[in-house]
Amino acid sequence: MSSNKKYWKAPEQIHESAKVDHLEKNEFVEPLPTDEQDGESNSSTTRRDFLKYVGFSTAAATIAACEGPVIHSIPYAEQPERIVPGKSDYYATAMADGFDFAGVMVKTREGRPIKIENNELVRTTSASKARVHASILSMYDVQRLQKPEVKGEQRSWVDFHLLVKDRLRKLNGKPIVFLTQTFASPATKKLIREFKKKYPSTRHVVYDAVSESASLDAFEEKFGLRALPQYELSNARNIISIGADLLGDWQGGGCDTGYSQSRQPSKEMSRHYQFEANLSLSGGNADYRVPAKPSTQKRILVELYNRLVNNTTTVDLPNNITKMVDQAVNDINNNKSRSVVITGIQDKNAQRLAMEINMALNSELMDVDDPKMIREGSDAEVMELVREMNQGKIGALITAGVNPAYSLPNADAFKKGTKNLDLMVSCAMKMDETASLAEFVAATPHYLESWGDVQFSKKEFALTQPTIKPIFNTMQFQDCLLNWLGKEESYYDFLKRYFNNNYEGLSWNQCLHDGVYRYEKAKVEPSSSTVSFDAGQVCGQLASSSVNGFELALYTKIGMGDGQQANNPWLQEFPDPITRNTWDNYVTVSKRDADELGIENRVRSNGAIDGDLVNIKVGDRSLKNVPIFVQPGQAPGSLGLALGFGRKSGLKEEMQVGHNAYPLYKNFKSDQSVSIEKTEGNHEFACLQLQNTMAGREDIIRETDLDTYLHQSKEEWNKTPEFSKDHAMEPVDSKKVDLWTSFDRSIGHHFKLSIDLNSCTGCGACVIACHSENNVPVVGKEEVRKSRNMHWLRIDRYYSSGDSFDEEKEKLKNLGTFETFKDVETASYDNPQVAFQPVMCQHCNHAPCETVCPVGAIGHGRQGQNQMTYNRCIGTRYCANNCPYKVRRFNWFRYNQNDEFDYHMNNDLGRMVLNPDVTVRSRGVMEKCSFCIQMTQKSILDAKREGRPVKDEEFQTACANACDNGALTFGDVNDKKSEVFEESKDDRMYHLLGYLGVEPNVMYQTKVNNKNKTKEKSNA
Amino acid sequence: MKYITVIMSSLKMTLTAFMFVFFLSATGQDTAEETSSESGSGQEEVIPGADLAKGEELFKSICASCHKRYEKAIGPALHGLTERREMEWIYKWIKNNKKLRESGDQQAIAIYEEYNKTAMPAYPQLSNQDIDNIVAYAEQPKPEPKQKVAAAPQGGQAGGQKGSGMSTEVILGILAFVLLMLSVVLYLVNRTLNRFAEANGVPVKQEEDKEPRKPIWVAFAENQFLVVITVVVVLLGVAYGAYGFLMQVGVDQGYEPVQPIHYSHRIHAGENKIECKYCHSSARVSKHSGIPSLNVCMNCHKQVNEVAEETATAQYSKEFYDKEIQKLYEATGWNPDEMAYTDEKKPVKWVRIHNLPDLAYFNHSQHVTVANIECQKCHGPVEEMEIMYQHSSLTMGWCINCHRETQVNVKDNGYYKKIHEELSKKYNVDKVTAAQMGGIECGKCHY
Repeated sequence: MSSNKKYWKAPEQIHESAKVDHLEKNEFVEPLPTDEQDGESNSSTTRRDFLKYVGFSTAAATIAACEGPVIHSIPYAEQPERIVPGKSDYYATAMADGFDFAGVMVKTREGRPIKIENNELVRTTSASKARVHASILSMYDVQRLQKPEVKGEQRSWVDFHLLVKDRLRKLNGKPIVFLTQTFASPATKKLIREFKKKYPSTRHVVYDAVSESASLDAFEEKFGLRALPQYELSNARNIISIGADLLGDWQGGGCDTGYSQSRQPSKEMSRHYQFEANLSLSGGNADYRVPAKPSTQKRILVELYNRLVNNTTTVDLPNNITKMVDQAVNDINNNKSRSVVITGIQDKNAQRLAMEINMALNSELMDVDDPKMIREGSDAEVMELVREMNQGKIGALITAGVNPAYSLPNADAFKKGTKNLDLMVSCAMKMDETASLAEFVAATPHYLESWGDVQFSKKEFALTQPTIKPIFNTMQFQDCLLNWLGKEESYYDFLKRYFNNNYEGLSWNQCLHDGVYRYEKAKVEPSSSTVSFDAGQVCGQLASSSVNGFELALYTKIGMGDGQQANNPWLQEFPDPITRNTWDNYVTVSKRDADELGIENRVRSNGAIDGDLVNIKVGDRSLKNVPIFVQPGQAPGSLGLALGFGRKSGLKEEMQVGHNAYPLYKNFKSDQSVSIEKTEGNHEFACLQLQNTMAGREDIIRETDLDTYLHQSKEEWNKTPEFSKDHAMEPVDSKKVDLWTSFDRSIGHHFKLSIDLNSCTGCGACVIACHSENNVPVVGKEEVRKSRNMHWLRIDRYYSSGDSFDEEKEKLKNLGTFETFKDVETASYDNPQVAFQPVMCQHCNHAPCETVCPVGAIGHGRQGQNQMTYNRCIGTRYCANNCPYKVRRFNWFRYNQNDEFDYHMNNDLGRMVLNPDVTVRSRGVMEKCSFCIQMTQKSILDAKREGRPVKDEEFQTACANACDNGALTFGDVNDKKSEVFEESKDDRMYHLLGYLGVEPNVMYQTKVNNKNKTKEKSNA
Repeated sequence: MKYITVIMSSLKMTLTAFMFVFFLSATGQDTAEETSSESGSGQEEVIPGADLAKGEELFKSICASCHKRYEKAIGPALHGLTERREMEWIYKWIKNNKKLRESGDQQAIAIYEEYNKTAMPAYPQLSNQDIDNIVAYAEQPKPEPKQKVAAAPQGGQAGGQKGSGMSTEVILGILAFVLLMLSVVLYLVNRTLNRFAEANGVPVKQEEDKEPRKPIWVAFAENQFLVVITVVVVLLGVAYGAYGFLMQVGVDQGYEPVQPIHYSHRIHAGENKIECKYCHSSARVSKHSGIPSLNVCMNCHKQVNEVAEETATAQYSKEFYDKEIQKLYEATGWNPDEMAYTDEKKPVKWVRIHNLPDLAYFNHSQHVTVANIECQKCHGPVEEMEIMYQHSSLTMGWCINCHRETQVNVKDNGYYKKIHEELSKKYNVDKVTAAQMGGIECGKCHY
């Protein structure tokens, strides 16, 4: 029944065209685009083949992975004496990078420095301790120069020196200029003098990126010596600071230890007045803080001078400030010799005025006999040099330890000037902005790889000794100099010879061992004769200063400083103690000005903060699109901006954050008249703290004033929280309201940590020390924004919602319930009181985290430590949810050997800083403060080995060790003679969120301020 | 009967084989005894009246640290001394060589110069007779190298295990042969008997079933109870096996890697009885026991550049060991001919045997110095190990178990005094265990 009918779909089909024929034979009308992806390649690999290969190679890799890795051990061929593998050695040395000067102890393991600790013998510590502790990581920096370079090509040192010497000879008497950091090194000075003998046209210009020239000039005029007065604050009764961040980097820092001692609550406790524009650490710690623009600050200083020295009043000041000045003058007049007035105004006359006041007060706090020698820079000489360079008068420029092409206000002029040089040599650790201009770049070692001496003050000296063999093929500046002088000896020999010739009666070995030495007979050549001082004229000049528009107050952050260590991830992720921002610099603005400009901080749903951008203009210079942050306490009419950010050369991409504010640092003045305008755009801040107030809760930071503390019972100002049981109130530490069966904790050690909120200045040395000791990873800006920072120890900063915490309390009492929280949760924008509180794992005896772990990864040791066992943790994060203190940190990623987190743990060099006694945590586990159990266990083992009881001072944690302000005390509370036992019995002792009854092993000591309560009331 | 003779003859063969082996080993022992007693006799009298035994004693206590008899060491070889020097000169030199040099004696000065001005201490306490004795001992001719054959079957001492391995193999071989013979014989007997039966017409019983029986597996499959039991048993068995397999993943007990230098603990710790902590000195004070640095090896190996004949075993010859010592010299850059270091050092890449995971903290000094535990407790019979291997499992269970059982060594340790008093009262025991002291808390080892 076959049919002859022909079915067709299109008429062409019937006509049997070639097209139809073609189509019928091909399934697809057009060739499939499969091969197009391969482009031109004639690859014969099909998809199936590809899958086969993948499958096979995966299987092969799996099988190969079954074999355990072979681990090699390579002992020394010849073991150096005293190095025992697995035991730490300590060396005393000194840091002197031109900005930070400190005597330190370096902990080394198998010849590899792993941690910086304080050297307790040093009197003049002059640095942000966070930066000093972090400086160890700057040595293990992959971006460092590894070899000398000539015109961008790596050369051997022999070639390098030959070429430089040849070029020096060819200068034919054209001036040679050394542009260096402040070395404060007598031996280096001697060396440069010898260089001058050989090349008489040599000049030495010292350049401090962040200038203290004003103060140096003033001191020189007054005392005939280029130095800075030393302030010994431990005995202070009144500290009046006008724009000086004495707890930060002001005049090289280093006042905080004495300051903290003077803040111990007693009848002799000091009172601190702070007049400032930006809210600084010092402002945060002051009893009275008064926001004042830089121009107002000058008038305050003049007023103080007139009132204290001349007993007249001339200057017109706003009411609230006059009131505060009155009060300060009164206090000073009660105890003149133990009062001090300091100022951070970068003006020679202002500095001189402050010195005159202290001289008139006969202040015993200002020490001018043993002044600090850690700043030598002269702005005028640097400016003159740049001018001469542009005029082509300079033959050779040799820079060492400075980066003027980045940090000079007129860096462009400097860059242009370098083109006129016959020879430019840069001694640098990195290919920074300046080194990349130089024809010859000498790779220099880190201070932990160098020799040197430092003169901290007129009578206090320190030696720098290497703690590791130079990692790269580097040579320090001084060795280069010796080579160019044609000398055979090394700088070590030179230094030793210099030491033996100049310090009679001191032993080299002893001084090297101690790290520091005092030499009472030290003579410093007077640099010029003293200049008389016309107070009237100076006062008139200062008082008349007025500024139109905004005043910009440039400052340095306690983490970043002048920007030398910008490639240090610890410091980048170190939160600013006040704003709690990381990885950034930004303009700070007061709420009042922000409202006018239409600027706000926006809070995102994930808790991150976004901000606006502004253009900021100083004269003809401007910075574009700088983020702006609304800062409570900022003086209206003023703006703040941190120096040291925005570097680009020699930095990893991740570290190239922020904006360079140095171009605005005109004439090296930290206060500038600026104009700003808002621009389009959004900036993402990485801020660690969104909640700015305590919302009226007492159990976070307890504070009282000195009067109440001295004269009233503990119940009044530090009441133990109570808990209702059977309709009766029981104190929370009583056994009756305890849910738990307690263990007997009286046997063996029981560790507790006491944190004295009066001594804590919020400097953050403990944060970095904790990073260094416990291998805490760095997570980067993006992750910090998601609140995934890994800091084991944070320093919370709280603002009061009123002008003070007392006012906040009052407010809370008077407001209705509904209004309360809205009101007390907003920080006072005008002038909030600030409080700092270090928070780490509280090691609760009744820890809520321990009970919720499904795998038993958290245990409680008999010694009081809450023990986190990483290898058991499966990452449910229940513990973090149940922790009332929010101190548990989760490893969302593997932060080591992961290219997504390209910080120090991602390269072999950076990993050398890791502490071999502490596990490097992997992805998916929880971690937190361990009370440095590796350190307590070591102390116990040392005692066991020697068969003796442990001494109290042997029990330490990294944070307690790092704090030389005495804010953290760690020890065994079962040792009745220990310091921590006394602290635990102190009236000031309370527990954070004590009402929870979780029995933390961390104790806090109530903060006692020294506000004059009676006087205030009578004034009101 | 024909077959019986076959059996008899095969028995004879085995017996003779046994006899032969016994004979061989017996003669071997005899020869070994002979060679060892040989050294006692046949001495030469170089200096009349000298007492060789006393000389040997003095040589070993005084001279051997710098001198060898037949080779140059720090000082010259002493053999042949009498040919080179007068006895009077020798007396003077030994008693006070400095004086001799200062008196301008050319020979004395020359030898001082030759040995890099290394001064030899003065021995005024030695009498001439003593010196005679020493010199006489030094002048004994070098003994001939012993016969190699002798060492092999002499399985008495430390190397015994390896030596007796050979004879065990022989015995096993013989046994296997005997068993084979037996089975052949049995088969033959059976065949013969069958043949007899066939021949005599005795019917050989064949198994014949009256009715077809159920195959056993069908019966088994039909019994559900049995099936369930079997499945449960099999599953349990598999689970047990899987657990066992999984638990040994990452446990490297018995790990015995090949090392770049064949270092024998048997020779050092076993035969020479060197204290473990002489080389692994950091075990006393540090968390690491420490692989000794090569300069520690050189403390002895500057002198010891070859092993003694007796040290060699059947498996490792003297040449083999001597070559390994040469490897050490190469690594340290020691030139044994000039007795001086060159500057070329090549640190040795040992293969690490005991690998604790990074998450576990272990401290040797806690166990070695504080607890006074023998190294062998964890590392096994190291003094018998030719090649070092991991003796213990190093699992957490193994650690914890010991901490539970071991009593803390509190004797004369001021640290434990108070805490032990209180804890023993609390637990009502005489001596607390490491666990009671807190030794099984997670955080004590994991941080």
